[in-house]
Amino acid sequence: MTLKHKDLVGITALTADEINLILETADSFKEVSGRDIKKVPALRGKTVVNFFFEPSTRTRTSFELAAKRLSADVINFSPSSSSVVKGETLLDTARNIEAMQADIIVLRHQDAGAAETLARGVKSSVINAGDGWHEHPTQALLDLYTLREKKRDFKGLRVAIVGDVAHSRVARSNLYALTKLGAEVRLIGPPTMMPAAIERLGGEVWYDMDAGIRDVDVIMMLRLQLERKGRAQFPSIREYSQCYGLTAERLKLAKSDALVMHPGPVNRGVEVASEVADSFSSVILDQASNGVAVRMAVLYLLAGNS
Amino acid sequence: MRVVIRGGTVIDPGRINGLADILIEEGRIVAVGPGVSKSAAVKGNGAMVLDVAGKLVVPGLVDLHCHLREPGYEYKETVKTGTASAVAGGFTSICCMPNTNPINDNQTVTQFILERAQAAAHARVFPIGAITKGTEGKELAEIGDLRHAGCVAISDDGRPVMNSLVMRRAMEYALAFDLPVVDHCEDLELAEGGCMNEGIVSTQLGLAGIPAAAEEVMVARDLALAELTRSRLHLAHLSTAGSVRLVREAKARGVRVTAEACPHHFTLTEEAVRGYNTQAKMNPPLRTWQDVEAVREGLRDGTIDVIATDHAPHAVQEKQLEFAMAPFGIIGLETALPLTLGLVEEGILSLEGAIAKLTTEPARVFKLDKGSLAPGAEADVTIVDLQQNWNVEPEKLRSLSRNTPFAGWKVKGRVVTTLVGGRIVYQAP
Repeated sequence: MTLKHKDLVGITALTADEINLILETADSFKEVSGRDIKKVPALRGKTVVNFFFEPSTRTRTSFELAAKRLSADVINFSPSSSSVVKGETLLDTARNIEAMQADIIVLRHQDAGAAETLARGVKSSVINAGDGWHEHPTQALLDLYTLREKKRDFKGLRVAIVGDVAHSRVARSNLYALTKLGAEVRLIGPPTMMPAAIERLGGEVWYDMDAGIRDVDVIMMLRLQLERKGRAQFPSIREYSQCYGLTAERLKLAKSDALVMHPGPVNRGVEVASEVADSFSSVILDQASNGVAVRMAVLYLLAGNS
Repeated sequence: MRVVIRGGTVIDPGRINGLADILIEEGRIVAVGPGVSKSAAVKGNGAMVLDVAGKLVVPGLVDLHCHLREPGYEYKETVKTGTASAVAGGFTSICCMPNTNPINDNQTVTQFILERAQAAAHARVFPIGAITKGTEGKELAEIGDLRHAGCVAISDDGRPVMNSLVMRRAMEYALAFDLPVVDHCEDLELAEGGCMNEGIVSTQLGLAGIPAAAEEVMVARDLALAELTRSRLHLAHLSTAGSVRLVREAKARGVRVTAEACPHHFTLTEEAVRGYNTQAKMNPPLRTWQDVEAVREGLRDGTIDVIATDHAPHAVQEKQLEFAMAPFGIIGLETALPLTLGLVEEGILSLEGAIAKLTTEPARVFKLDKGSLAPGAEADVTIVDLQQNWNVEPEKLRSLSRNTPFAGWKVKGRVVTTLVGGRIVYQAP
C-alpha cells in the first residue's frame, strides 16, 4: 500500500487508514535509526529541499536527518524573509527550485495556505512543515506515533490540548488526527485563545483546566507565544501560568498514567513546570526522537509516488 | 445627431415599464413611448436607428463605488480602462473612491481625474473626495474645495475614520455642501490582521478573521452620529446580517441613512475562500449564508437602497501572493448586472426593482442628475439582452485587471449596447 497523494499539506486530507499506514511505515524506520549505520538507500538519487521561511531548528533538523538517513540529497534553503519582500512570489521561488529537479519540497512558512498554494503550483511533492496557524501534519503524526507506542489504542483515548489553540497549527493537526482515529479531544484554554467555532471541528472546549484535565490519558501542552501578551490575549505570564500551566499538583488530576507532551520548545515554568517536563510522565524527548522516523516514513511514502 | 432606439422593452424605474421607443436628439432624451419612432419628425430624417426588439432598455447604470486607481496605480487600472470596463458592464456614471496616489483629498487630483475621464470619453466619472487629509483620519480635507472641483461625496473608504469626533465634525461640515458622507464600516482594531470572515472557515484555514462585529460596531456608531448631526450618511457595502438589522431599525426611526450592497456579498459566502483563493479576498470579506440571506432581504425590503460594485482592480502578481499578503478586492463592473439579474431569477427583486437599485436609487442617494430616461435627461442608455448566457472569462473583460472570483461562471443577461449622451460608447462584440 502507498499513499495516494502527491503532497502532505494537512491531516484533513488523510484517512484513518492512511494515517495508520504512515505510523506502521515509521516502525521500520525507527529500527533504522537505532542501528549503528543509520542509513537505508530508499531515496538514493532523490533530492529533498528544505524550504524554510520561518526560523526552525528542530523541525528542519528532523527533516534533514530523515532525508539523509534515506540517502536522499538534501539542501536547506532558508530565505531570510518572505518572497514578497523581494518582489518575487512564493510560487516563482518554488518553481526555480523545482527547475533544479527537486523531488520533494519541505515547506515551512509563516502564512497559512502557503503549502497548499505551492502544492498546486509545482510538480514536486510538497510536505507542509507548518504553515501559519493552519496545519503541521508531521508534528501530529509524530505525536500519534509516540502515543501509539505508549497507549496502543486511540479509541476512547482522552486527550487534552492546552493553550493557545487559536494560533496553533499543532493543535489543529492533532485535533484532526486524533478525532479521525477515535480519540476524544478536549481543548483547554481561555476564550481568547479559542478560534471561532472550534467546537464544530470535533473537540470539546474547556476554560477551566482543573476540570478539563480530570481523568485524561494525555496532556498536550502548547507553547505560549510570549509576544502575544500585548494583544490582550492574556493579562500576564504569571496569571496564565497559574490558570493554564501544568504543575505537578495539577497533573495529579489526570489519570495516574497520563502522558505529558509538548511540541517544543518548552517555556519552562510557564506552560509546563520544570519538574513535570523532566518527570516520568513526560514523553517530550520521545516526540523528538520519533519525529525522524515519522518524517522518514512520510518522505518514503511520497517519494514512492513520484 | 438623432438616435432612435426602437422596439425594446423600456424600464425607467417608477416611470415606464413596457414596450416603447426612445428618441434622442443632441445627446438628450426627447421622447419615450410607444410609437415615438413612427412620428413624422423621425421619419426620413437621417436618424440612426437601433432596432432592439426583444431587448431591455434601461437608463445607463450608476455605480456609487469603484476604484479607478489613477493616479498612482496605473498598472492596476486607469481612468480609461476603468471607464471602458464600466460601459461594457452597462455603467454610464461611476463614482471613484479617493484612495489613489496621491489621495484625492484636494481639487488638483479631482480635476486630474475629471480630465482623464473627459479624454477617455467612455463613462461619466464622479469623483469621491477624501474626508480627511491623506485619509489619515486626523484633519479634515478641504471638503468645500473638493465639492467645487466636482466631488459628489466624501469618504476615507478603506481607511475609515476611527476617531468618532473627527467623523462627527466631518458629517457636520459636509452638511454645508450638501455632500453625502460614505463610510466603509470597519473597526480597524477589531479587524486588525484579519484577511477573511471570522468563523468556521477561518479557523479551518488558520487565517486571521475579521468578525462581523468589526463592521457592526462602526455601523452603529455612524448611525448614532447621523442621528446627532442629521447628515447624509451612506454606508458602503453592507456585508453582515447585523449591519442590515441596524440600518433597518435606524431607517424605521427616521434616521437619514442610505446603504449599498455589492453583488459578491449577495452571491458568495466565505466558502469561496477555501483553497486560499485570493480572488475571493475582499474587504468587507465574504460572510456566511445567513449574512447573504440578510443582505438579500435588505435589498428586497428597501433597507439597502443601492447595488454598487466596489470594483477594485489588482494586478495578477499581487493576487498570486500568499493569502494573508494579497490585497483585498475584486473587479466588478462587468459582472454586476448579470449577478443582480440573478436576484430577479430567484424572485428576490422584480426586474424593475433590480434596475432601480442600479439607476434611480444610486442617482437619488448622491443627488446625481442621472439614472433616468425622462425627456430632457442626457441620453445615457443601456441595452441588455436578458436571455443571453455567457461565460465570465477574465481575459476578455475590459478592465486592466483580472481579479474576479466569478471566472468560469455561466451568467445570464448581457449588455449589448451602451450610450452616453446619445453616443454609442460600447457595442458587444
